[in-house]
Amino acid sequence: MSAIGELSTMTRRKGPMTKEEKKANGRDNKAAYVFLLPWLLGLAAITVGPMLMSLYLSFTDYNLLQPPEWVGLDNFVRMFGDARLHNSLRVTFTYVLVGVPLQLAVALVIALVLDKGLRGLPFYRSIFYLPSLLGGSVAVAILWKQIFGTTGLVNQVLAMVGIEGPGWISDPNTALGSIILLHVWTFGSPMIIFLAGLRQIPVMYYEAAKVDGATTLQQFWRITLPMLSPIIFFNLVLQIIGSFQSFTQAFIVSGGNGGPSDSTMFFTLYLYQKGFGQFDMGYASAMAWFLLVIIGAFTAINFIASKYWVFYDD
Amino acid sequence: MTKLQTLPAASSSDATSGKSPRRRESRGNLAYSRSARIKGLIKHAILILVGGVMIYPLLWMVVSSLRPNDLIFREPGLWLENLEMSNYTDGWSALTHPFGHYMINSAIVVLGSIVGNLVSCSMAAYAFARLQFSGKKIFFGIMLLTIMLPFHVVIVPQYILFSQIGWVNTFWPLIVPKLLATDAFFVFLMVQFIRGIPKDLDEAARIDGAGHPRIFLRVILPLMVPALATTTIFTFIWTWNDFFGALIYLTDPDMFTVPVALRAFVDSQSATSWGSLFAMSIVSLLPVFLVFLFGQRFLIKGIATTGIK
Repeated sequence: MSAIGELSTMTRRKGPMTKEEKKANGRDNKAAYVFLLPWLLGLAAITVGPMLMSLYLSFTDYNLLQPPEWVGLDNFVRMFGDARLHNSLRVTFTYVLVGVPLQLAVALVIALVLDKGLRGLPFYRSIFYLPSLLGGSVAVAILWKQIFGTTGLVNQVLAMVGIEGPGWISDPNTALGSIILLHVWTFGSPMIIFLAGLRQIPVMYYEAAKVDGATTLQQFWRITLPMLSPIIFFNLVLQIIGSFQSFTQAFIVSGGNGGPSDSTMFFTLYLYQKGFGQFDMGYASAMAWFLLVIIGAFTAINFIASKYWVFYDD
Repeated sequence: MTKLQTLPAASSSDATSGKSPRRRESRGNLAYSRSARIKGLIKHAILILVGGVMIYPLLWMVVSSLRPNDLIFREPGLWLENLEMSNYTDGWSALTHPFGHYMINSAIVVLGSIVGNLVSCSMAAYAFARLQFSGKKIFFGIMLLTIMLPFHVVIVPQYILFSQIGWVNTFWPLIVPKLLATDAFFVFLMVQFIRGIPKDLDEAARIDGAGHPRIFLRVILPLMVPALATTTIFTFIWTWNDFFGALIYLTDPDMFTVPVALRAFVDSQSATSWGSLFAMSIVSLLPVFLVFLFGQRFLIKGIATTGIK
């Protein structure tokens, strides 16, 4: 059961929790709040409090030294005219809209190949999953920087077949592409979720389809895809939310400054520069809220669109 | 009910282990067909090819860390003529402190985070999974939402807060949030797990006169070891790899954790010593790799059931 699945049931119908709650109203209140104390403190001090403060700061000019000065909507107006910010949005959207579908497609294809009673599954699964674990590390970002450097591994290989490759990460046309490739490389974790989902499809559906003479392709379109759609949806929501927040790879590969002509200036990297490079905390807060709105909108669109393509086997 | 929602933590424990009855059956059917065998061979070929391409950069980094510098830029192959350990010795002492210093810093943060997540998340999970209290549904919904909340929305005020109490350049900003169960993923993971534990066990303990603290410590906790192990492993890997938090809070080289130290390494000598940079990168990945080797079973389960990565 996933967090997203649970959330959508909570909004879709009255859960059994409410009834139980009424029945046992207040019985364990004291004990419950004792157990919840650390979490409640964290919610107040680390999450909700800072959120409210960040909302307030987004309407101020604040550099940590002088007290925050109320400037109304100035920060948001500034964002409208900030060409670097627009560029960072373009970069981030490209990364999310190209990287996520590509990664999920690879994850699904490999999961399908792995699914059908193949020997050595644990071995393959480990090989494909390992990059997911290491992909977010500084070390792998450093490796990527070398691999796609002018004299890096990729160009060494290309040179063997007589092709002179560009300086992938020093060329504004290809820099973002190499970071997208790094994202695709970490397809292992959605792949494992797909594998788990494939195992849940009752085998009788396929048997019935075979009796009716359905081809492999028909089985895929008519059985596998619809039955897997909730999992695809889950992966999609999760990966989009996560990808909008990518930072380490862009920071290291671009040397912390957004790469050639800002071609890898992710929104989060620009936010970091504004907030923690120039201590323009008010503007950084406004940017953070803008990011929250974007991610919220994407998630909402996903949920609305899901009504048309996600099949629930009620 | 969605497919996702019918994936209970307990029953999907071997969700991807390849041992479900359906697997065995389909393999049995395939065994006699020749075209199926050829199909199998093609599949293995594809998988080995894709896997090889994926793993190649990592292997190449390991090999390069054992090569003299000038060879790294000329040699895409994986063969080694002789082992060059100087990259490791040079890299180890390339920064203000020996690299071990940063590993110890990282270890402190990791250990604190693990303890924090285990204690606070399991307590919250017990309340959500087993206790009835007013506001439960709302709090549970909020908890689920915080899983999806981008941390950028809170990072600026958090930084201001921690800098005002003088915690910049200490490990507290990296550990305290974990002590306060802010990694809601793990609360959710544990709630799922506790829901799979039969309620009769608590009832029996209650009849024997046990209160909630005792039921939690003596009945539930011992039974949720797999969930605790998953939490430990993921906390280890995430915290070890955490760059953003460390970059913001730790600016004093004395306090650097491994990722920030590596980044300082990149800045200090960039193009001149890829060999020792790779050597220290390997050193930094080693703990994650070892955890991966020993904790695979839990890692796979954790992902298959909740989508944490």
